[in-house]
Amino acid sequence: MSFLLVQALSGLATAATLFLVSSGLTIVFGVTRIVNFAHGSFYMVGAYAGWSLIERFGGTPAGFWGSVAAAALAMGVLGAAMEIGLLRRLYRSPELFQLLGTFGVVLVVQDLTAWAWGPEDLLGRRAPGLKGSIDILDQPFPLYDLVLIGLGPLVLGLLWLLFNRTRWGTLVRAATQDREMTSALGVDPTRLFTGVLFLGCALAGLGGALQVPREAVTLQMDVAIVVEAFVVVVVGGMGSLTGAFLASLLIGQLQAFGILVFPQITLVIVFLFMAVVLVLRPHGLLGRAEEVPPTAPATVTVPLSAGRHAGVWALALLAVMAAAPLVAGDYALILLTEVVILALFAASLHLLIGLGGLVSFGHAAWFGMGAYGSALLVKHLDAPMPLALAGAPVLAGLGALVAGWFCVRRSGLYFAMLTLAFAQIVWSIAFQWYAVTGGDNGILGVWPSAWAAGKAAYYWLTLALCGGALWLLRRAAFAPFGYALRAGRDSGLRAESVGIDVRRFQWMAFVLAGTAAGLAGGLYAFAKGSVFPTLLAVPQSVDALVMVLMGGIQTIAGPLAGAAVFHLLESEVMSMTDWWRLVLGLIIIALVLVFPKGIVGFLSGFRRRA
Amino acid sequence: MSELPMSELVVRDLQRSFGGVQAVGGVSFTLRSGDLLALIGPNGAGKSTCFNLLNGQLRPDSGSVRLDGTELVGLPPRRIWALGVGRTFQITATFASMTVAENVQMVLLSRARRLFGLWRPAAAQFREPALALLDRVGMAAQADRPCGVLAYGDVKRVELAMALASEPAVLLMDEPTAGMAPAERLALMALTAELVRERGLAVLFTEHDMDAVFGHATRVLVLDRGRLIAEGSPEQVRADPRVQSVYLGGEA
Repeated sequence: MSFLLVQALSGLATAATLFLVSSGLTIVFGVTRIVNFAHGSFYMVGAYAGWSLIERFGGTPAGFWGSVAAAALAMGVLGAAMEIGLLRRLYRSPELFQLLGTFGVVLVVQDLTAWAWGPEDLLGRRAPGLKGSIDILDQPFPLYDLVLIGLGPLVLGLLWLLFNRTRWGTLVRAATQDREMTSALGVDPTRLFTGVLFLGCALAGLGGALQVPREAVTLQMDVAIVVEAFVVVVVGGMGSLTGAFLASLLIGQLQAFGILVFPQITLVIVFLFMAVVLVLRPHGLLGRAEEVPPTAPATVTVPLSAGRHAGVWALALLAVMAAAPLVAGDYALILLTEVVILALFAASLHLLIGLGGLVSFGHAAWFGMGAYGSALLVKHLDAPMPLALAGAPVLAGLGALVAGWFCVRRSGLYFAMLTLAFAQIVWSIAFQWYAVTGGDNGILGVWPSAWAAGKAAYYWLTLALCGGALWLLRRAAFAPFGYALRAGRDSGLRAESVGIDVRRFQWMAFVLAGTAAGLAGGLYAFAKGSVFPTLLAVPQSVDALVMVLMGGIQTIAGPLAGAAVFHLLESEVMSMTDWWRLVLGLIIIALVLVFPKGIVGFLSGFRRRA
Repeated sequence: MSELPMSELVVRDLQRSFGGVQAVGGVSFTLRSGDLLALIGPNGAGKSTCFNLLNGQLRPDSGSVRLDGTELVGLPPRRIWALGVGRTFQITATFASMTVAENVQMVLLSRARRLFGLWRPAAAQFREPALALLDRVGMAAQADRPCGVLAYGDVKRVELAMALASEPAVLLMDEPTAGMAPAERLALMALTAELVRERGLAVLFTEHDMDAVFGHATRVLVLDRGRLIAEGSPEQVRADPRVQSVYLGGEA
C-alpha cells in the first residue's frame, strides 16, 4: 500500500516537470500555431545553464533558487531571440517547414551545447535544505520531489492569474482564439509573439534547471523531453493549459505504474495512450475543435508534370548508373548503393507529402521496420537473403496498414504527431525488447547471399529493385490513384462531393509508402550488414524530410536529387567535421528559409526566368 | 426530343440547430426534373445550411430528404453524390493543381469507379468526354490551363462542367454567379436554364442577384430565419408583402 503511494507520488513529481515543459509548448503553439521542436532544447540548455550556476552559487537556498530562476530567464531571452530570428519568417509557411526549421535549431543547439559543456554527463549538487527524504508510511521519499509536486499546481495557478488577470494575458488568450481578430484590435502581434516565446521557453528552462538535483544533465535530454511534451500537449488538447496539466498527471502516473507492470514497454504504453485518446477524442482531452490548426494554405497551383522527355532521361540515367561499376571503385559503389536506397526512401515519403499533402514525421518507422524485418528473419529464422528481402516490404506494409488506419483519421499537425508517435512506438520496441532485437546493440551479421556479396553485384541488385519500385511509384503518381490523392489534398470538400473517399486513398498511400520504405530498409540492412534502433529514430525521419525538401516537393524527380545531394553531403562533408549536427542544422534552416522549393524547383524556376 | 428520366427530390420538415440557434426550422419542398428552383433570403437566413443538409455535409436534427423514394439523410456526401445529387460550392472549390480538363476527368473517373487504377495514366482517360463537357460550358479553349490560375467566373463554369460530368438528376448550386460580372452572370444563368431543359435536370440554386433569380427561375422559395415564408412563381413571390418586408427591412 505504502509502496503504491510512493510510486504515485513519484509519478506526480514526473508530472510536475512534464507540465512545466509542456505548458510552455502549448502556450507557444496556441498563439503562434507552431509546434516548436526546439522546445526541448531550451529545457536541455536550461539544465546545463542551471548546472553551471548552481555549481557556483547553489550552496545556499537563495543561491540555488536564484540560479534556477536565472537559468529560466536566460532561456526566455534565447526563446525570444529565436522568435525574432527564425519563427517570425515561418508563420505563414506550411507546417512541414515550421517543424523542420525548429528541428534545425535542435541540431544546432546540440552541437553548441556539446561545445560549451563537453560531451560528458554532468551531475549537479542537491538542493540545499532539501537533501534528505521523509518517510511516508515507512517508505522514504525525497524532499525535493515533494517540492516539485507542489510546484506544478503553483505554476498552473500563476499562469492562470497571468492569463486571466492581466491585460497581456488577455491579449494572449484572444490571440489563441483568433489571430486575425487580435491584429484587428490594434495589438502589435509581433511583440506579443516575442513575449509568448519568452514565456514558453522560460518555462522549458525552468523545467530543465529544476532537474539538476534529480538526474544527470545529458545531451540526449532535449529530444526525449520534447517528444514526451508533444504527447502531453496532443493528449491534453493543443493550446489548452489545463489540458496539459491533466495530461501530465495522467502520463506521470502511467509511467510510474507502467514501469512496475511492463518495465520493457513503458514508452509504448505512453504512445499507445496518445493514439487511443486521439481516436476517441480527436481534439485531445480538453481541446476544442476550433483549436485545430488550419493547415497552412499550401495551395498548389502548379500541375504536377513529368517534365518533357522524362522517360528518355530516366532511361539514360539508369544506363549511366548501371555502368557505374565499370569505372567506380568499391567505396564509390557503396556510396552509390546507399544513394539509390535513400532515393527510394525519399520517394516513398514524397508520395505522402507531395501528392497527399500528408506530412509524416515518422517515416523512418517503415524504413526501420523493413531493415529490422530482414535482420530478424536472418538472425532468428536463418532466412536466405531473397526471403528476408521479400519480408521487409511485407512487414513494413503491414505495420503501415495498422498505423495508417489511425493516422489518416487526422490531418495536418495531428497527422504529423500521430506518425511521430507510431515511429516512437516502433523505436522503443526495438530499443527496449532486448531479447529479440538486441536493444541498443542492434543486430549484426546481416550479410547478402554469396551471389550478391560483391559490391558491384549488390549494387546492381539494389539498382534493379529500387529502380523498379521507383518506376511503380511514378506510374501510381500519374495514374488515377495519384490524382485522387492530390484531389483530396487540393480540396477535400470537393473530392468528397464527387465521390472520392479521401481517407481511403490516404490510407492506401500510407500503406504503399510504407511498403516502399520497407523495401529500402531491407536493402539498407544488407548493405550495412547490421541494423540499429537509430534507423527508426526521429533523426532518420527528419533526414527523409530533408531529402524531400532539398529536392523540392512539387517535382517527381525531386526526391531522387535530394537523396543524392543529402547523402553526399552527409558522407563527404559532414564526416569531415565533428560538428556535423551544426552543419546539418544550418543547412536545414537555410533550406526552409531560402530554398523552399528545393533544388529541382529552384533550377526549373531559374530556367523559366532565363 | 427523347424521353428524359423524371426525378423527384422530396424534402420534408428539415430541421437543424447550432447550440440552441435554429438555423433551419422545418423546411419542406419538392424539386422535380425541369425545375430551376431559386432559394433566396437575406444573409443568415439558413440557405447555405440548407444546402449542406441536402448534400450530406451536415446532418439534420430531424426531417427527411428522399430522392425518388431513397432516403438521403445520414449518408455521407460521396454516397449522395453517387445517387445523383451533384453540387457546386459558394466558395469555388476545384482541384487547383490539375488542369481544367483533368478536373472534369476526375469526376468521370470517379463515376466510372476507375480511381483506384495504379497503372494507366489518368490524363489519357476520359479526355474526350471531358472536352465535350467543357465545350458545353464554353471552357474548351482553356482545357489545358491549370485550374488554379483561372479567372473567378471561369472556375464557376468549370465547376458546372464537373457537376454535369456525374450526370446528376439533381443539381444543387450554391450562389453559382457570386463574384461574376453582370453580363457573365446572365450568361451562366441562361446556360443553366438551357441545361435544365436539355437534360431534364432538377436544379436548386441560391442567389443574391435578383435579376438572375427573377429572370430564370421557374419557382422561388423564400427563406427567412430558417423558415420558408413564401413559395411560388417569380411573379407571385415578387408581389408577396411578407417577402417585400423581409427584403426592405420593414415590420413583418
